[in-house]
Amino acid sequence: MRTALKKEATSEENDDDVRGAARSAVKPVRANRAVRAPGGLSVRLDVRALTVVVLLLLAALAASVVLIGTGDFPISAGDVLRTLVGDGNAGQEFIVNELRLPRVLVGLLVGAALGLGGALFQALSRNPLGSPDILGLGQGATAGALMMIVLFSGDAGQVTVGALVGGLATGLAIYLLAWKRGVHGYRLVLVGIGMSAIMMAVNGYLLTKADLVDAARAVVWMTGSLSGRDWAQVWPLLGLCAVLVPLVLANARGLRMMEMGDDVSYALGVRVERVRLLLMLSAVLLTAAATAAAGPVSFVALTAPQLARRLTRSPGPNLLPSLCMGAALLVSADWISQRVFGADQLPVGVVTGVLGGVYLLWLLVTERKAGRI
Amino acid sequence: MSAGKGNENSSGLNNRRSTVNRLSADNVTLAYDQRVIAEQLSVEIPDNSFTVIVGPNACGKSTLLRALSRMLKPSQGRVLLDGQVIQSMPAKKVARTLGLLPQSSIAPDGITVADLVGRGRYPHQGILRQWSTEDERVVQESMEQTGVAELADRYVDELSGGQRQRVWIAMALAQQTPLLLLDEPTTYLDIQHQIDVLDLCAQLHEEQGRTLVAVLHDLNHAARYATHLIALRGGAVIAEGAPNDIVTAELVEDVFGLRCQVIDDPETGTPLVVPAARKAREQVRKERGDQGGRAEKVAATEAS
Repeated sequence: MRTALKKEATSEENDDDVRGAARSAVKPVRANRAVRAPGGLSVRLDVRALTVVVLLLLAALAASVVLIGTGDFPISAGDVLRTLVGDGNAGQEFIVNELRLPRVLVGLLVGAALGLGGALFQALSRNPLGSPDILGLGQGATAGALMMIVLFSGDAGQVTVGALVGGLATGLAIYLLAWKRGVHGYRLVLVGIGMSAIMMAVNGYLLTKADLVDAARAVVWMTGSLSGRDWAQVWPLLGLCAVLVPLVLANARGLRMMEMGDDVSYALGVRVERVRLLLMLSAVLLTAAATAAAGPVSFVALTAPQLARRLTRSPGPNLLPSLCMGAALLVSADWISQRVFGADQLPVGVVTGVLGGVYLLWLLVTERKAGRI
Repeated sequence: MSAGKGNENSSGLNNRRSTVNRLSADNVTLAYDQRVIAEQLSVEIPDNSFTVIVGPNACGKSTLLRALSRMLKPSQGRVLLDGQVIQSMPAKKVARTLGLLPQSSIAPDGITVADLVGRGRYPHQGILRQWSTEDERVVQESMEQTGVAELADRYVDELSGGQRQRVWIAMALAQQTPLLLLDEPTTYLDIQHQIDVLDLCAQLHEEQGRTLVAVLHDLNHAARYATHLIALRGGAVIAEGAPNDIVTAELVEDVFGLRCQVIDDPETGTPLVVPAARKAREQVRKERGDQGGRAEKVAATEAS
């Protein structure tokens, strides 16, 4: 059967045939299972995507447990689990619940928010480069934070608010500038790149204005770090995710249709502009909140959706897999930053930057080989 | 035109059905931003017809189709679907009544034929009703009708242009709408695949009684396949009716500015447009002092 199809494909004189035939040879049969209940309920499950989600969640949790056990006072994984369920000794309890658990939770939430935000942006712009890193949202949030640090010598809370406002304002500016009877992929990316350049210039200016202490503080903030995060950072982030994640997932089906172009999705009955505005706003909020909590952790929003997509091999925005991938990536990167470099702890942003940068290069090289760019 | 009668009947009665036909445009002004494409345009799509809209480039064919499918909101006037203003209807309800195959559509990376056709079921689904046995049956049926069933597990981006167009038509069919609008479904296809797609449309119209509206470039294809023809120029209806009744040499010259003969198609007996030879056209142009033709062209360019 497969050979017969291949023969037909070559007879059709299509440039993509060689590539397509090679790909279909390794293609597994897609396992979409429909689960139906008597009352007319039916849910469609992509078995492979579901497996990926479960495995990534397990990976993220396992990495979290290991990460909690890592530090100047190492704790074994068993003890970590025992302490988490309330069975540890007093010393371990303090270290785990007060010092390390909030940091890991912030890492998980920031990673999840960045992964989901990145997947949303890439789907809305129909372009893997349309991720918040490149659109300048991180730069915008940084500008907000730097203004607080340099101009007002604000405390940590004010810096967080500054970053949030900066990210939201940048997102809004990009949306308004790119809006012309709907927001389209390339325009969004180009406007975003322009915005990013402007914000970078603002940040550079602010840094030169800063005195030495503020500048050092600013630079640490700008690399993206999870150290010293406590419960005060966890709760707002958790609350935001609890609202936005269900909201986004409820609109995922509309977003999936929008991949086929505005006209097709409109014809299918998707209220395109409404869904896009809602999802864009959610993505900006998620990214800005994540940046406010941990600084501009680079490349997670860009890589997580792409990696997730390669694992699920599923068309569509892959929102949930990207979310889990972001969380797993960030916690793993944090573990690497603490573990591999020993006493000189690196901010997590350095690790994600190095890993993400290498990945981006690899992506560009393979895309070029495949003749897509 | 025939739509004029409907307007007189319905004037003043805003929410009443203007005519017996399901889809109509009532005195619409169509514009992109400030650029007006058509003014005071009224069009009726006869039920159960295969209506084809023809006209020179930039005459507003596609714009009219966009308005009929509520992609473009008229700046004045209204488009009525089953007696209601189409913009005021719930999006999914419209999508269950009226399907559109636009000119530009993007097949997502790595999507299979069956998955893409399945997406046409969106307006019939909800968050708790994602994939019923009915959906599965309709998708299979749509793929069989368009002859792409054996390609079900293939990736869309590895298909030829003709196959791909069939897949998109299958997706629109899976939407199961009594009305189906197609924007230049034959563009970029070679002659064999063009006829293939048109045959498919004729079959959908004849066997399933769907109302089809298509924008076509080729006047001969339009005359052969349409049961109802609408000829547009500069955003106004120049003539409408059955191809046998309205396609004449005068009309073609009036609409397209092209001198021609209209003969009977030896295969089907429908009108066949044969452009006049270059020399003959040049001679006429000289006789007329080269004014008529050029003025037409300028008008057409301005409308773009």
